[in-house]
Amino acid sequence: MMKYTEDHEWLRVEGDLVVVGITEHAATQLGDVVFVELPEPETVVATGDEVVVIESVKAASDILAPVDGEIVEVNEKLNDTPGLVNDDATGDAWFFKMKLDDLSVLDAFMSEDEYNDFIG
Amino acid sequence: MGRKPCSGAEGATAPVNSQAQGTGSGGGLWRVAHTRARRRDNDLRRLQTQWGAQQGQRGHFTDGIGLSAKCRGFSGVINGGYMAELARTELYDLHVELGGKMVPFAGYEMPVQFPMGVLKEHLHTRQSAGLFDVGHMGQVLLHPKTDMDALIAGFEAMMPVAVAGVANGRQRYGLFTNDTGGIIDDLMFANRGDNLFVVVNAGCKAGDIAHMTKHLADVATVTPVTDRALLALQGPGAEDAISGMIHGVMAMRFMDVITAHSVFGELWISRSGYTGEDGFEISVPNTGAVGLAKALLAHPSVAPIGLGARDSLRLEAGLCLYGHDMDETITPVEANLAWAMQKSRRTGGDRAGGFPGAATILNQLENGPSKLRVGLLPDGRAPMREGVDLFDTATGGTPIGRVTSGGFGPTIDAPIAMGFVPPALAENGTQLWGEVRGKRLPVTVAPLPFRPSTFKR
Repeated sequence: MMKYTEDHEWLRVEGDLVVVGITEHAATQLGDVVFVELPEPETVVATGDEVVVIESVKAASDILAPVDGEIVEVNEKLNDTPGLVNDDATGDAWFFKMKLDDLSVLDAFMSEDEYNDFIG
Repeated sequence: MGRKPCSGAEGATAPVNSQAQGTGSGGGLWRVAHTRARRRDNDLRRLQTQWGAQQGQRGHFTDGIGLSAKCRGFSGVINGGYMAELARTELYDLHVELGGKMVPFAGYEMPVQFPMGVLKEHLHTRQSAGLFDVGHMGQVLLHPKTDMDALIAGFEAMMPVAVAGVANGRQRYGLFTNDTGGIIDDLMFANRGDNLFVVVNAGCKAGDIAHMTKHLADVATVTPVTDRALLALQGPGAEDAISGMIHGVMAMRFMDVITAHSVFGELWISRSGYTGEDGFEISVPNTGAVGLAKALLAHPSVAPIGLGARDSLRLEAGLCLYGHDMDETITPVEANLAWAMQKSRRTGGDRAGGFPGAATILNQLENGPSKLRVGLLPDGRAPMREGVDLFDTATGGTPIGRVTSGGFGPTIDAPIAMGFVPPALAENGTQLWGEVRGKRLPVTVAPLPFRPSTFKR
């Protein structure tokens, strides 16, 4: 099940982890991604912390932590192939996996239908 | 947004200035991407929260794609800003039809990219041919009041560039300077026999026209050309694409200009551009502009290209962008444009001096400037964008310079930048550091252009 934030991130539950990426809509708006700066694994983050920097041909943007938790794994593939964000935003181009104290906080985020409605 | 209008620049492209950027947290790429009002869309707000927070490190494209620049203040007023009505070029409807993403730039609604995207548009231009709408730039005719020699002498007195000696049918790169030697604008001028044809930056055009009208009052009639569009066709496939429909272009060499008759009307063609590629700039009557653009686009090698790729193409070619790599506080010597100042205008030349800022500029030519524009190759993959501070130590110290243009070079497949450093640190291979998001990242001074030009000389 995917959840979506108003900041155009998608959140997917994998066991007790949450996988985070950006939506195709966001990837399209960003344009060709040429560089991704990932956080260190085992970083404890709070909602709103800057955790990832995405540089496209157009601009630098941040991904902020959508919830409180600990980053346990990052997608090293993005170091060498940042263009994955454009090619497979909701699949191979996940950014990081987080461990949360309580997965129920995800309930507050949008469903796919709600997100599609949100972006119009 | 109530940001102060600023003006765009040539090359035809120009990134954000600090002023626009500082107030631009909601602007730019995201804002303009959402051309239709959306009920709840927050314009991807958080993804770009930081834009404008640290100048130069975020939001290079924010201001209508990061392409806006400072010329003189009043030009911006005339050209309008976000709150003012934006002008459209003759090709506006065609851009929309082709899927162009329209953004505000220098008072115009211009395509920042087409569905192909910036990266592919850039590579397509290098490998094949790209068609650019540069109709927002200023086209101006200077007709002599008495004779051409007087006009040429008068125009020459406005810049440290030799105007005399540019033969009928030839074009040259020029620079208007101010009394302190700073650059008011860069331009192209062509000798068309009985007049001079001048092309200036979009954001500076109102100011340039006033400047020329004032300085050439005795010798020229200054006529803004408002009934013509301007197209640029650039890339190795350009000659093939245009020669099939316009007679006489095959014989042209770099910086030649011709007048050609066509079904699209009388064309004023120069073999030039601002991408580092062989190519043409074509002034076409408004009435024939869409027809010519469509005819060129019908050629299999030609694709429409937006301002985004235009910016990365000119950066790879090591070309300055007005309002960024040059402005009224930067002299041609500092901007590493000494090549544009012919010997005849330098100390010892037969027409030395006599242009605004001559004392400063000639002194800098002799004794060296205090800063110099250089190419910069970041060692890693992280782009160093406009505004990044440069250091000569990995830790501590104070900035020794600053990046004025920076991004990703698709042909080079690496980040590239230009910036100003003291001459002692301007040698190719000098190791410097750029501070990106609080981290000192190594960057090496590198020769310009990053990618050799392919002009047909």
